Amino acid sequence: MSNAAANALTVAGSAVAGSTATDAVPASPPDSVDLSALLADSHVNEVLDELDAELIGLKPVKARIRDIAALLLVERARKQLGLIGGSPSLHMSFTGNPGTGKTTVALRMAQILHRLGYVRKGHLVAVTRDDLVGQYIGHTAPKTKEILKKAMGGVLFIDEAYYLYRPENERDYGQEAIEILLQVMENQRDDLVVIVAGYKDRMDTFFRSNPGLSSRIAHHLDFPDYQPEELEEIAQRMVTGMQYRLSASAVAALHEYIPLRMQQPHFANARSIRNALDRARLRQANRLFALKGRSLSRDELMTIEGEDLRASRVFS
Amino acid sequence: MRITQGTFSFLPDLTDTEIRAQIEYSLEQGWAIGVEYTDDPHPRNFYWEMWGNPMFDLRDAAGAMTEVSACRKAHPQHYIRVNAFDSTRGFETTRLSYIVNRPTNEPGFQLKRNEVGGRAIQYTIESYATEKPEGSRYK
Repeated sequence: MSNAAANALTVAGSAVAGSTATDAVPASPPDSVDLSALLADSHVNEVLDELDAELIGLKPVKARIRDIAALLLVERARKQLGLIGGSPSLHMSFTGNPGTGKTTVALRMAQILHRLGYVRKGHLVAVTRDDLVGQYIGHTAPKTKEILKKAMGGVLFIDEAYYLYRPENERDYGQEAIEILLQVMENQRDDLVVIVAGYKDRMDTFFRSNPGLSSRIAHHLDFPDYQPEELEEIAQRMVTGMQYRLSASAVAALHEYIPLRMQQPHFANARSIRNALDRARLRQANRLFALKGRSLSRDELMTIEGEDLRASRVFS
Repeated sequence: MRITQGTFSFLPDLTDTEIRAQIEYSLEQGWAIGVEYTDDPHPRNFYWEMWGNPMFDLRDAAGAMTEVSACRKAHPQHYIRVNAFDSTRGFETTRLSYIVNRPTNEPGFQLKRNEVGGRAIQYTIESYATEKPEGSRYK
């Protein structure tokens, strides 16, 4: 447990340890509850540690997820003692520039909420405007409701949610989808968690024109852009994930490439890095083809050289 | 006279918790849930009205329960049943069907004797409720 919130949980847990919930008489609620036992029981720390290990950077996001985990554990402890505060609202909005990991975190979020017992099934239903909004009058409501029913017991992830609202067309059916969404978000909080995601500036305009939606979302998480060092680390992981490796010259080339690419237009954080690596693979394949007439070693097939990256137009 | 059709019909009416548990079980088996209603209680009436489309790909009973309560709200004095459809090849049929809502007053059936050829008798049962037109029964 590296985090302050998690440490606080352990301290509070050991302070009340001694009479656990299990040896209390079921007829009356117990007087105390062991938070650390609850924490161990939920296995949520494993998911959180995985999140720390597998996702690079995103400090504020991770901190907020830990806060939410702590809140839900305390809520569960309160429930064991018979304190009813109504379940907290956990609808979220993920804003951030392209390629900052919004979808990846949403997937993890479903897992975490499931471990903490907030959602019953823990699956993620990822949708966009097309899945919610119909094509003719009377088509939208059943379509949206069907998606909502499928998402119940899990997390509904609406990617690029700002497309739902099209101010230029007042007869757009998106508004109808938003209204149904709002109703379910309010009345069936126990049944599903809604996460809306999109680019920061467009989401801000979206929320401004739909204040009802904004006020029903308790957690606004902003995904920061990655630093160059973080992007290098991400690149290394992507390469390993694709069963390639970077030669020393390629690492040096990447080190120069990232700051240059960041200054160019349409920079999309981790996604740009993935694209750069994909193109490097393409050039590597070409380079290997040029060597025809001899067999290739496993090492050659795996290695991306500096020249594969340096051929990028970013360097020109 | 209490209608007994489908599973659990000789038991007391299912509570919402029990219905939810049954739906949960059906979903675990991979069956699709459909909600249907009618005001014609004849046992040979197989074709009940569908309340929306059958719900495929549900993960949790909450979605189906929303439809059950919506149907009850719209038709409080109708028979409403929940069907669980198994799409597995070889079955492709309803595996479970039970009534989740019934009118407060069920008048029962009349037995009609029809004398035909010679002294032979044909028996027909007819619900007292169906004497009134559709929609105005069970008021």
